[in-house]
Amino acid sequence: MIVKRRVQKAFVYLFVSLIGILMLYPVLWLLSSSLKPEALIFSQQGLWPKEFTLENYAKGWYVIKDLSFGTFFKNSLFLSSINVIANLISCSMVAYAFARLQFPLKKLWFVCMLGTLMLPVHVTLVPQYAIFHYLDWIDTFLPLTVPKFFATDAFFIFLMVQFIRGIPRDLDESAIMDGCGIFRIYLRIILPLATPVLITTAIFSFIWTWDDFFSQMLYLNTTSNYTVTLGLKLFLDSQGQSAWGPMFAMSILSILPITIIFFLFQKYIVEGIATTGIKG
Amino acid sequence: MSLRAKTKNSLIAYGFLTPWLIGFFGLVLGPMIASLYLSFTHYNLLNAPQWIGLENYKNMFFDDDNFWDSVHVTAKFVVLSVPTQLLSALLVALLLKKGLKGIGIYRTIYYLPSLLGGSVAIAILWRNMFDSNGLVNSFLSLFGIEGKAWISHPDYALYTLVILSIWQFGASMIIFLAGLKQIPENLYEAAEIDGANKFQSFIHITMPMLSPVIFFNLVMEVIKSLQAFTSAYIISGGTGGPINSTLFYTLYLYQNGFSFFNMGYAAAMAWVLVLVLAIITGILFITSRYWVYYEDGGGK
Repeated sequence: MIVKRRVQKAFVYLFVSLIGILMLYPVLWLLSSSLKPEALIFSQQGLWPKEFTLENYAKGWYVIKDLSFGTFFKNSLFLSSINVIANLISCSMVAYAFARLQFPLKKLWFVCMLGTLMLPVHVTLVPQYAIFHYLDWIDTFLPLTVPKFFATDAFFIFLMVQFIRGIPRDLDESAIMDGCGIFRIYLRIILPLATPVLITTAIFSFIWTWDDFFSQMLYLNTTSNYTVTLGLKLFLDSQGQSAWGPMFAMSILSILPITIIFFLFQKYIVEGIATTGIKG
Repeated sequence: MSLRAKTKNSLIAYGFLTPWLIGFFGLVLGPMIASLYLSFTHYNLLNAPQWIGLENYKNMFFDDDNFWDSVHVTAKFVVLSVPTQLLSALLVALLLKKGLKGIGIYRTIYYLPSLLGGSVAIAILWRNMFDSNGLVNSFLSLFGIEGKAWISHPDYALYTLVILSIWQFGASMIIFLAGLKQIPENLYEAAEIDGANKFQSFIHITMPMLSPVIFFNLVMEVIKSLQAFTSAYIISGGTGGPINSTLFYTLYLYQNGFSFFNMGYAAAMAWVLVLVLAIITGILFITSRYWVYYEDGGGK
């Protein structure tokens, strides 16, 4: 019986490890290829490069004349940071109102907010584009950042409402006894206690903005405004299949920040997914 | 609380709500209504919209082969990728649940593709992997199989995207794992005492207890897959080719709006998408009464 169990367990380990390797292999191959000389990428099998080179990175970094991925990284980082801040402020304010405050029409607004959770972005796309066009905001960062200050990412509101509802009300009440107003309670009690959900929001805001392709492609036209994802697209636009090496190198760099964030904040990401998944 | 204090508190509450109210009316509800109006017009951003009644919808349903191609491609993608992805997620979650040592490491490895999968970088990688001399074919050649140029073959291109989607099963798996953890251990113990075997416990305990989570994952994945865009755009170079084989609905919508500047038509397509999403979600919710088990009883 015990032997049978052990054999069974060994098989399970083997199986999940095999799947794990299979799943990671493409990414590892991408990393390894980015470090190989162009000629070796397709001729040498195996993950460990026979010959290491950083040439692909040097070539890829200066993808087009006068512009480097340095600019693209700066732009992506700027957009992502702004959106993190915007989402943290706007969504936490709204979530606090929904979770803690009493006001007329609360139910109606809450249902409206939930209704936007599943709404595909496409249904507002054309008019939004037209609005930004008339404001002369096309080819600036404004269409990609300003909406976040108006809590348009309802998912985060929902996430925070759930969390804030779990914070014991006694704390608010004793604060009221001490003469704290509604705003002070938000600032001094709710926000500090909601740190975990704020971190989750910050992480996902960053990752989603960093990875966003659709709206960045839509709103940014000039290459000096390009983000990292659009920079990668430049490779596809400009040359055919000739320069895989530099493209791989920049692909690796483009996923590096989110991978680092993932490893640093794994706990929050995994918990964020797990808890929202069930409560959704 | 006095009336005055109450009014004051309501005002403060609305203060907190203001950002969202502006966003909701200015960037969501307003544009939604505007796009409904635009869907009955001919509009190209530069000239004022021209009312054409149901013309856009008529064209879409009766004259536009590309539209139907995009519907077929998207439907096929959803039907192939969602169940496979969820099944893989469930299977691996069940294996990991067995209390393996180092479960954290496996969870990390499995989740990483979900984190990276939507990026342009991975789409580029995929485009290369399934190229005629790419990674997949050199792997197949080890077994003496001669691969195809998967990406540029209309019969296979969509499958590469399906595989990319299945590869990202990690996020669903984490949700399944969390759901499995919620199932009280004593249910299994009781079943064992009653003489149930592993399979019976799975069918009669795990499946019903997990069904709300399965339902949630199913709805979310269907909604997400219906709107897939980036990978198809990168792999086909924005064309949806070869021969429309990767022309996802949202890709065709994008082309209409922002390549052909047929924005009224794009708005009409967006509204059709909303209706289809609503209908599919509705159907899923209705069927859920028959297979989703909610512990607190009273159905939902």
